Amino acid sequence: MIRLLAFLLLLPAFAHASEEVVAGLSHSEISITANFDGSDILIYGAVKREEPIPGGPPLEVIVTVEGPSTPIMVRRKSRTFGIWVNTAGVEVDRAPSFYAVATTGPLNEILSQTEDLRQKISVPQMIRSVGAPQEIADSPAFTEALIRIREGNGLYSLKEGSVALEEATLFRTDIDLPANLVEGNYLTRIFLLRDKLVIAKHEAFIDVRKVGLERWLYDLANGQPMIYGILALVLAALAGWLASTAFRLLRNG
Amino acid sequence: MQIYLPIAEVSVNAFLLFGLGGLVGMLSGLFGVGGGFLITPLLFFIGIPPTVAVATGANQVVASSVSGVLAHIKRRTVDFRMGVVLLAGGLLGSALGIWVFNLLSRLGQIDLVVQLSYVVFLGLIGLLMLQESLRALRRARKGPAAPIKRHQHIWVHKLPLKMKFRTSGLYISVAPPLLVGVLVGVLAAIMGVGGGFIMVPAMIYLLGMPTKVVIGTSLFQIIFVTGFTTFMHAWTNQSVDLMLAMMLIIGGVVGAQIGTRIGAKLRAEQLRILLALLVLLVCLKLGIDLLIEPGELYSISAVGGA
Repeated sequence: MIRLLAFLLLLPAFAHASEEVVAGLSHSEISITANFDGSDILIYGAVKREEPIPGGPPLEVIVTVEGPSTPIMVRRKSRTFGIWVNTAGVEVDRAPSFYAVATTGPLNEILSQTEDLRQKISVPQMIRSVGAPQEIADSPAFTEALIRIREGNGLYSLKEGSVALEEATLFRTDIDLPANLVEGNYLTRIFLLRDKLVIAKHEAFIDVRKVGLERWLYDLANGQPMIYGILALVLAALAGWLASTAFRLLRNG
Repeated sequence: MQIYLPIAEVSVNAFLLFGLGGLVGMLSGLFGVGGGFLITPLLFFIGIPPTVAVATGANQVVASSVSGVLAHIKRRTVDFRMGVVLLAGGLLGSALGIWVFNLLSRLGQIDLVVQLSYVVFLGLIGLLMLQESLRALRRARKGPAAPIKRHQHIWVHKLPLKMKFRTSGLYISVAPPLLVGVLVGVLAAIMGVGGGFIMVPAMIYLLGMPTKVVIGTSLFQIIFVTGFTTFMHAWTNQSVDLMLAMMLIIGGVVGAQIGTRIGAKLRAEQLRILLALLVLLVCLKLGIDLLIEPGELYSISAVGGA
């Protein structure tokens, strides 16, 4: 009897665990080369289950891609002596350099607020702002501005309905990576949801790296700044001299 | 054709950069200005982070000035001695300027200070030049005017530490050129400019140098001040983007040569009116930007940087 009761209690959890994500990425590595102009990655997968598709609320999928996080300074201008000056600033402790959310449907219809809080899925959940200075009463406005600016730059996005789900089993979505991408490990998360709750989760990393000349210049600038500085001057002087000489020869020849 | 800039971490159109470089290089050859006062705001405008724009702008000015000065050396229109004195002041000013720049970046006021400096200096210089060059043009129209008095004795000539500048035909104190150099050096570091737009008028009106040698000498001094600035920015904030610099330089050196050729065919007065108008135009645009309410009141930047 007790065993049966325990079985019945465990049943929902068991049923959830029976659906798993099997996923793939079109590429797990993105190389930033001289002619890098943004990229898009195809994220696809299937729901693996041992049993028939459970009834009840339909299956939903959310895919997120998150770039490396850094602290960010958000400043606000106000009119001082007739001109617009930065007068207030709030430091945001952590904000991802890139964050894209793709879903099968409207986010607030497929994900509960508590689950969003727990899993940190929506854009505002990704930004952590702890202490604003005392004199700033409206610190949320700074976080909103950060999101608004990055959305404008194509760095943050929420694309509801952009995940295609077939037969509650196969899904796919494209995530656009803009040209102004910062290098690092990009965390990709895939959530399966039923009844606004996450029932399965899958994580993978996309490695975004500068390569070739871009890599070399970046490393030199940061590792050997003095040599880099001298190189910049030599190249500039050489280019100036070459041009001048070339033009003289052209004119005389 | 898009190109990814490794330090700025943005992707921009390569032809746009060639074009910008070419335009600015042409002005450089034409007026003896490094063109930094145009390139830096233009780089802001196409989305290059301010620190990178200033540092890389300085690097591009090095190349266009080298390209421009070689033509002037051939024509013997460079006063090397004056150049060295200006340069001594310039290096001092540049070091000071880098320090101020990094301080202001941390305070989040660098954009404002840069813009305000542009408005104040460009406005002042532009008006002075316009007034002076219009007067000169009127004089020239009235037919053979009285020869311009060379050795006017103003306060500048009463200072001690006099030195002979043969190419310019001057015998003046080294203090005024040294001070002009310091001022220009500070501006070079903060505004990412060569400072030609300050130095050219200062050399003509303050030091009394003949217009003929002003441009070559200005270019000569600018090479070293912007070179030093580039190096300091590269060393202290890793903000020189070589990829961006090379794109601008390729456009710039070609433009500078074209500018120098056109410049040799135009009369000095006309040249000065054109430069004055250009300076005022940029000043006006920047001034208006400060006065009207920006579309986005908020801005974001890395913590501790610009």
